[in-house]
Amino acid sequence: MTEAIPAEAGPERSRTFRVYRYTRGEPGWRFDLFDVPITSRTTVLGALRWIQLHRDRTLSIRHSCLHASCGTCGIQVNGREVLACVTDVDDLGATITVEPLANIPVLTDLVVDMREFVARFPDEIPSVRAAEQLPRAVPPDGIDEYERFEDCIECGLCLSACPVSATSDGYVGPAALAAAQRLLEEPRGVDRDRILDWADDPLGAWRCHAVFECTAACPSNVRPAERIMALRGTLAGRGGAS
Amino acid sequence: MSERPPGADAREERGPVLRKGVGIPASGWIDPRGRALGGFAFSANRVTGLGLVFYLYLHLGVLSLLLGGERSWNDFIRLATSWAFLSLDVLLILGILYHGLNGIRVALVGSGIVADRQRALWWSLGAVGTIALIAATLHIIGSR
Repeated sequence: MTEAIPAEAGPERSRTFRVYRYTRGEPGWRFDLFDVPITSRTTVLGALRWIQLHRDRTLSIRHSCLHASCGTCGIQVNGREVLACVTDVDDLGATITVEPLANIPVLTDLVVDMREFVARFPDEIPSVRAAEQLPRAVPPDGIDEYERFEDCIECGLCLSACPVSATSDGYVGPAALAAAQRLLEEPRGVDRDRILDWADDPLGAWRCHAVFECTAACPSNVRPAERIMALRGTLAGRGGAS
Repeated sequence: MSERPPGADAREERGPVLRKGVGIPASGWIDPRGRALGGFAFSANRVTGLGLVFYLYLHLGVLSLLLGGERSWNDFIRLATSWAFLSLDVLLILGILYHGLNGIRVALVGSGIVADRQRALWWSLGAVGTIALIAATLHIIGSR
């Protein structure tokens, strides 16, 4: 690593990273192998940045906050959805396979196109937290339309982990349905019936197969599957699927 | 909800991109790597479901042996009472028990009745299924 390694981080070792590579517009994809020096404190994101700095500057990754708040560094490591910034390398085995999230179009290497993820949400789901606005701030007109539901960091891990999304492009997926249930729990002036109508669809709440991989993958304890089940209970109570 | 898949407009606008991650068949049918209990339960449900559909057609095929008369049916009965065939019966009962009991679990969880008890249900119904499977196996062994 480029940074000085603290003594308590232990001796430096190495791991082989098997990194997915894809360039938009070019046919096919491949895995590249990189030997990366690590310590007990190295994260997957740290290792990928080391590869970028020392081995291959063309490797595309996306990250921001480095502490599991922004949700931008979601990837698959050894087939499991994780946030790269808080995933330690030490316990992952000698060879570590790194891939982009599934069920979301891959743009380049480990970067997926989150526009499709966001497009799944109902129109009523906002995308900026009201709590993030300073009391004296003068928000621009129409900011209400972008107010986001709490907890979820919109990383897309749940959508990638969902086996139903893997076979059905039309399924809106766990994050959007959890957001709908969040709005039912705290409507904030949103029309409750409109949210229920949106979810009451064969490709909405009823498409979920109760696999619970979304809950297992969620790094933010949103528990999407439990929220979808609660949403279904509400829908069943008002008369079932349309 | 729109009839078009979510994100379809954006997808058409930007042109073709790789749709799925790697390690997943083009159909996206199954990716068992790193999955949790719910993922295992779902995959096993799909596999046992396919097995039961296969058995249904096999069963219909076996019944059609009756059209061949008494001899063809008796030949089949001799095969059906062999140890090898009876062990397949145990496998069939395992598939039926798993698929049925997991179906009860999914129904209870999926209807919101016990939305947050999927793991406990899997283990409890698994215990019920194991006892039933042992009883069925003993019955099969005793009936030969």
